[in-house]
Amino acid sequence: MGFLLGFATLLGVILIVQIIRVFELTSKLSGNDQSTVSWKDNRNRAFSWLLFLIGYFALFIWVVLRWGPHVLPEAASVHGESIDFLFDLNWIIIIVAFTITHVVFVAFVLKYYARPGSKAEFITHNNKLEMVWTVVPASVLAVIIIYGLKTWDEFNGDVAEDAINIELYAKQFDWTARYAGSDNQLGKANFNFINTVNPLGLVTEATIDIRIEELNSQIAELNEELKHVPKDGLKEKEKLASIHHKETQLAKIHAFRRNNELAKNAAKDDKLVKVEMHIPVGRQVNIQMRSQDVIHSAFMPHFRAQMNCVPGMITRMRFIPSITTAEMRKKTGNPEFDYILLCNKICGAAHYNMQMNIVVDTPEDYEKWIAEQGTFNSKLMAALGITEMDNKLALK
Amino acid sequence: MSNTAHAADHHHETFISKYVFSQDHKMIAKQFLVTGMFMATIGMIMSILFRIQIAWPGEGFAIVNFFLGDKWAPEGIMDPNMYLALGTIHGTIMVFFLLTAGLSGTFANLLIPYQIGARDMASGFMNMLSYWLFAASSVIMVISLFVESGPASAGWTVYPPLSALPQAMPGSGLGMTLWLVSMTLFIASSMIGGLNYIVTIVNLRTTGMKMTRLPLTIWALLVTAIIGLLSFPVLLSAALLLLFDRSFGTSFYLSDIFIAGEALDYNGGSPILFEHLFWFLGHPEVYIILLPALGLTSEIIATNARKPIFGYKAMIGSILAIAFLSFIVWGHHMFVTGMDPFLGSVFTFTTLLIAIPSAVKVFNYITTLYKANIQFTPAMMFSIGMISTFISGGLTGIILADSALDITVHDTYFVVAHFHIVMGFSAVNAMFAGVYHWFPKMYGRMLNQKMGIAHFWLTLISGYGVFFPMHFLGLAGVPRRYYTNSEFPLFDTFIDMNVLMTVFAIIAGFAQFIFFFNFFYSMRRGPKAPQNPWRANTLEWTTPVEHIHGNWPGELPVVHRWAYDYSKPGKPEDFVLQTVPLEDGEVDGEH
Repeated sequence: MGFLLGFATLLGVILIVQIIRVFELTSKLSGNDQSTVSWKDNRNRAFSWLLFLIGYFALFIWVVLRWGPHVLPEAASVHGESIDFLFDLNWIIIIVAFTITHVVFVAFVLKYYARPGSKAEFITHNNKLEMVWTVVPASVLAVIIIYGLKTWDEFNGDVAEDAINIELYAKQFDWTARYAGSDNQLGKANFNFINTVNPLGLVTEATIDIRIEELNSQIAELNEELKHVPKDGLKEKEKLASIHHKETQLAKIHAFRRNNELAKNAAKDDKLVKVEMHIPVGRQVNIQMRSQDVIHSAFMPHFRAQMNCVPGMITRMRFIPSITTAEMRKKTGNPEFDYILLCNKICGAAHYNMQMNIVVDTPEDYEKWIAEQGTFNSKLMAALGITEMDNKLALK
Repeated sequence: MSNTAHAADHHHETFISKYVFSQDHKMIAKQFLVTGMFMATIGMIMSILFRIQIAWPGEGFAIVNFFLGDKWAPEGIMDPNMYLALGTIHGTIMVFFLLTAGLSGTFANLLIPYQIGARDMASGFMNMLSYWLFAASSVIMVISLFVESGPASAGWTVYPPLSALPQAMPGSGLGMTLWLVSMTLFIASSMIGGLNYIVTIVNLRTTGMKMTRLPLTIWALLVTAIIGLLSFPVLLSAALLLLFDRSFGTSFYLSDIFIAGEALDYNGGSPILFEHLFWFLGHPEVYIILLPALGLTSEIIATNARKPIFGYKAMIGSILAIAFLSFIVWGHHMFVTGMDPFLGSVFTFTTLLIAIPSAVKVFNYITTLYKANIQFTPAMMFSIGMISTFISGGLTGIILADSALDITVHDTYFVVAHFHIVMGFSAVNAMFAGVYHWFPKMYGRMLNQKMGIAHFWLTLISGYGVFFPMHFLGLAGVPRRYYTNSEFPLFDTFIDMNVLMTVFAIIAGFAQFIFFFNFFYSMRRGPKAPQNPWRANTLEWTTPVEHIHGNWPGELPVVHRWAYDYSKPGKPEDFVLQTVPLEDGEVDGEH
C-alpha cells in the first residue's frame, strides 16, 4: 500500500507540473490577458456546470444505491420509529429543495452566460417574490418544528411504572451496567468509595467499613513516612497534603454513615455486568448515567438513543426496545448481529474501542439471565474472601 | 513585488517598517493572507495524514513516519494519541487561523478602507498589533506541535475534564497549556482587529457613502466584527477559567473525578458550564466565518453577473437576522448533554429559524443570475461553487437542528460532513473567490485564469468527493474522532468508502499546489493588472494599481450612488463607478 501511495504521489506531482507548463505556454500564446474571458472559454465554463450537475446527481444516486441500505439501520426502539418517520419527512424536503435550487441555478448559468451581443437586465428586487420565498420556507419549517418537538417529547417521556432501572457507568475505556436488583432501586454511589473491589464507588455498610479501614491504614502509613522525611522540605509538604486529602475523604465517608441511613444498603443487591448487557423487549429501560473521569457518551445507534455521561452529575434517558436480538439476526440475515453501545464523546487514546454488546431478550430469557447474575454484595464478599461478614454486619 | 516598482512611494521607509511592522492596511492584509495560507497548509497536511490512518488502519506509511517521526508513528503507523492531536489542531487551525483570521483579517483589512473610501484603518497601530498578536499565536500553536507530550488532543472544542487533566491524555499536558496561551493571544488579536474594523466603517466613510450605499462586503464585515466583539470575550473567559482549573486547582469545570487510581479534590464544578461558554462563542463563530464569505461572494456574483445583487436590502436584513439569531442557538450543540428537554425545544425552534434568512440569501444569489450576463472568471466559478456548497451543507443543518433527529446523528460523521460543507468548504470557496478577484488589487498583477479554473474544478470535485459520502457514514452511526472503525463489525461495509474519501482528500491537497504556484508565480511574473480588471463599481478600483500610502493620490473620492449599478439602462457601459454623479432624475439604489 505504501508503494501504491508513493506511486500515486509521484503521478500527482508529474500531472501538476505538466498542467502548469501547458497553462504557462497557452497563456503566453493568448496575449496574456487574464482579466477578460474569451467567448469560447465562457461558453465552455458555463457548460462545465451542466457536467457538474450531472456528475453531482450521479454521485448522489451511486452513493445511495451503494451504501443507502446500510444507513439508519432498522430502528429497534418504540420512539426510534417516530424518529425515522421524521427523518423520512426531512429527506423529502431536503431532496426537493436541493434538486430545485441546483437545477435552477445551473439552468440560469446555461441560459445567461455572456456571449457576443448579450446584455443583462437591470433587476434590483421584487417584493412579492421575496415575500413568497420567505413565507414558503417558514411554513415548511413550522411543520418540521412541530413534528420535531413532538418526537423530542416522546424521547423525553415519563418513566413507566414497570421500567427497569439500569445505570451505565463510563470510565476510560469501558462500560459497566448496573442493574437495580430485587428492590428495583439503584443504591447510592460516590467517587470517594472507589477502590479495587468497588470500581463504581457503591455505598453500602460493607463498603463504608472497607473504605474507613483502608483510609485509616493509609493515613497511618503516611504519618509513619512523615517521620523519616526532612523537616520543612518539599517531601514533607507533599506528605502533609496527601494526609489532608485522605482525611477529607474519610470525613466525607463518615458523613455518609451519618446521613444516608435509608439509601445505605440499596446498592447491596445491585448487579454489575461488563462487556455484554441484556434488556427485555417491550419494557421500558430507564437508564441513569455517570462517569468516573471525563465526559463520555452512551450511543446506541439501533435504539436511536444517545446521552452524555458527565462526571459530577447524573444524566438520564429512557427507551423501549422493540425487536429482540434473535429477531434482528433473522431480519438482517446476519447470525452474528449484535446491538452495540459505543462511546461517542472523545475520551482519550482508546476512545475508538470503548464498546459493549447489548442483547435484547424475550422477557422470559431476560428474567433467567438476570437471576444468574451475582449481586454486588456477594461478589464483594467473595473478592474479600469473607462469607460470614455479611451476616455479622447485619447483626450489628 | 519588486522594490524598484515601489521605491517612488516608499523612499522614506525601511524594509522593516514596510514589510514587517507595517501599519498600512494593504500590507497587513497580505500578511494575514500569507500567514493564513501557511497555517492552512499545515492543517491540510494533517488532514491528509489522519485520513490515511482512517482509510488504512494499522498499515505503515513512510509519509506518515516522515511527518510524525519514530515517536508518534513507529514504522509509519500513527499513534492513537497523535491521531486525536492531528484532528484537534487541524480543527483549530482551519476554524480560527484560516477561516477567522485568514479570511476576515485579509479581506477586512484590504477592503474596508478601499471600499468605504478611507485613507487607512482608524488606527494603523492597532491594526499592526492585531496582525502581530495573530502571528505570535500562530507561532505558539506551531511550537505546541513539537512538545514532548504532544500537542493538545482533546478535540478543537477542548471539553474538560479531558482537556483539564494531564492524567486523562498526554496531550492535556504542556500541549494544552500552549493551546490556551495561543488562543488567548488569538482572541486578543481578533478583538483588537474587530474594534478597529467597526470604528473605521462607522467613522471613516467618505462623502456620500451612506450606510445604504455600502457594498455588501462591508456590511458583512461590519456585522462580523460586531459578532466577534460580543462573543470572543466569552471564549476568553472560558479559556481563562480552564487555565485556572488546570494550574491553580480551582473547580469551575471539575467535580467528582476519580482518575489514575486517585480521587481528585475538585468539587462542585460542571463541564457543562464550559460547553455553554464555549458554544456561546462557538456558534456565532460559524457566522464569523460565514458572513464575510457571503459578503465576498455577493460582491463577486453581482460584478460578474453584470447585474445588481438581487434584493440588496433583503440581503442586509438577512445578515442582521442571522447575526441576531446566532446568539440564541448555541444549545443545539448540546442536545444530548442532559440539559433540560424544554431548553432543547427552545434551541430547536431558534436554530430552525436561521434557515429562513439563509434561504433568502440563497434565493437572492440564484435570482441574481436570472437574466444576467455571466462572465466565468475563476472568482465567479468559486462563488457559484459556494452557492452549491452553501445549499448542500445548509440543508443537512435542518436535520441537526432538530433535537429529536440529533439524538441519532450527534457527534457522528454526519455532523463532520455538514459543517465541513456548509462552513469549511463554503468559506474556503469564498476565500479563493476573494483571492482570485482581489489579487490584482493586492499585488498589481493578474493570476492565471486557466490554472484558476483547473484549481477550482479539482477543489470542488474532490471536496464533494470527500464530504458527500461522509453523510452516509454518519447515518450508519459511525462516530467521529475514532482512530479506526475496524473495531466494529457493523462498520465494515464502509471500509471502501473511507478509502475513496482519502483518495479525494489527497487529490484536493495536490490541487492546492496549482493555486500556490499560480499565487507565488503571478505575484512576481504575472501580467500587469489594469486599474479595473473586472469592470466593477466599487471604490477600490479607482485607486492606482501601484500601492500608495493613503490609497488615493489626490482628494478622497466622493460617492454618488450605490455599488450595484450594473447594466443600468441608458448608460454607455454595463457598469457605473460609485463616483459617477447621478444624472437629473436618475434614481439611486433599489427601485
